[in-house]
Amino acid sequence: MSDTERFSFFSRVLHWLMAILVLAMLFIGIAMVASVTVYAELVAIHKPIGAAILVLVAIRLINRLVNPPPPLPDWMPPWQRFIASASHWVLYALMFALPLVGWAMLSAADYPIELVGGLHLPAILAPDPKLYATLRNMHSVLAFTLFAVVLMHVGAALMHALVYRDGVYQSMATLAPSSRRKTPPEPITPA
Amino acid sequence: MPTRISDAPPLSRGALLTRLAIIGAVLGVVVIAFAWAGGFLSPNQVTPAKFVDFFVATGHAPPGFRSNHSKGVCFTGYFEGSGDGTRYSKAIVFEKARTPIVGRFAMAGGQPYGADAETTVRSMAVRFALPNGEEWRAGMNNIPVFVVSTPEAFYEQLIAGAPDPKTGKPDPAKMKAFIDAHPETARAMAVLKAHKPSSGFSDETYNGINAFRFVDASGNRTEVRWSAVPVQPAPVDTPVAGDKNAIFDAFLADVAKRPLQWHLVATIAKAGDPTNDASQAWPEDREHVDLGTLTVDRAESEDAGYCRDINYDPLVLPSGIEASDDPLLSARSAVYSRSFRRRAGEDKAASAVSVPANPSAEATP
Repeated sequence: MSDTERFSFFSRVLHWLMAILVLAMLFIGIAMVASVTVYAELVAIHKPIGAAILVLVAIRLINRLVNPPPPLPDWMPPWQRFIASASHWVLYALMFALPLVGWAMLSAADYPIELVGGLHLPAILAPDPKLYATLRNMHSVLAFTLFAVVLMHVGAALMHALVYRDGVYQSMATLAPSSRRKTPPEPITPA
Repeated sequence: MPTRISDAPPLSRGALLTRLAIIGAVLGVVVIAFAWAGGFLSPNQVTPAKFVDFFVATGHAPPGFRSNHSKGVCFTGYFEGSGDGTRYSKAIVFEKARTPIVGRFAMAGGQPYGADAETTVRSMAVRFALPNGEEWRAGMNNIPVFVVSTPEAFYEQLIAGAPDPKTGKPDPAKMKAFIDAHPETARAMAVLKAHKPSSGFSDETYNGINAFRFVDASGNRTEVRWSAVPVQPAPVDTPVAGDKNAIFDAFLADVAKRPLQWHLVATIAKAGDPTNDASQAWPEDREHVDLGTLTVDRAESEDAGYCRDINYDPLVLPSGIEASDDPLLSARSAVYSRSFRRRAGEDKAASAVSVPANPSAEATP
């Protein structure tokens, strides 16, 4: 059994803050396109949260380079290590791509992009309806992909927590800034 | 028999299966919640897509055209604020200054090549490009009230009035059942029946119908509705007999001769006036504020762009104007967006209304 270090405190704060925001955005996004009654309210929060995620993911990428994640436990075979690493980079790529595509598509649609209290983002593309249609569809496809990868991520985290019990889940799970070492696994309780 | 995975002490087969089941259940709940949020578990939910699909199916709007108010023509011009609106709204568009506009006149319905008729609802949409980069988009109709007060009722009414697949004609019993269940629609229909539309686009009054809120510099909110009230009388040219575009062509002839003007008038609500029910008019004696004058000085074909690619979403509002509690506003925004998404990616055929070259406008310095 290898001791697994925790993620840095700042990394954990960023992770859980973004976990809440990303999951909220996926639900807001799918709900708003199917709603006539709360569409306007949901769109009004979808845009500022999307902008916040774009800022946070940029901070997070820099943080990841400064504070690299703790090593994975020794028992994990190479294929699992590869999937762990690849899925994390796919998550980063999607967290960048979704707000950027959202921003680009609203620009191409010639909509003003209001965040909060009259604060507007500039257009990053010239008006172009065809391009808007492409980007709008891409936004949906990327969102469903992100939802699938988030599900995989949650499933893998729970596998580490409940089945592998190797400290990987604990390395991110708690926000307590104290101990840098994981606690040993609990004794087995046969079901 | 214990199963050994990872370096942790092994789990019994039962414990392993229980834990896998818990993980599966957690993921399953998330997927079900996601599907529920997206309306996939409630097939009767009224969605923006259902409205657009209905308009496309019943109006047969060809690719690239708006699914409703499909037949139209663009115009450009400006709005000149009177300054009086600044008492109620801090929106800079109401200051004494000119704001360029790009708008659209249209006939309701999904038939972009249909014949013009005075009885067809006509609309005026305007986009104000404010000097600080903000926008105000307004869509107005020549009817005084809307026929329902909620998006759900509107969808019900559309379905009740849709052609029966067996007979090809609407079933009067269905519409009667709808009206019996919606007294607000019966009242609105009486108002609409008594309302006489004008003969042309130029001499018509266009009403915002939904309530909005003006916000002044101190943050005070005032519930308003607005209308564009024409300055000029009816077009002088008599429409050519048999011209399917008679009403549009009369407008084109009119605007080629003179700039057309409308006063943009805000009606100020009193406490108790219904702001969440577009099927009810407000009493006539309410205060009216002349916000300024809309000048339409040039018509442009949809085919050349201009208004074609603008979604006149009524919730694109500048600082100083906000949505009211009218539930139709969110629905209009949602459905227009859905319709725009549909048509934006499609190639559009030429519009029925073609605008002849306009030498007088081109000669303007």
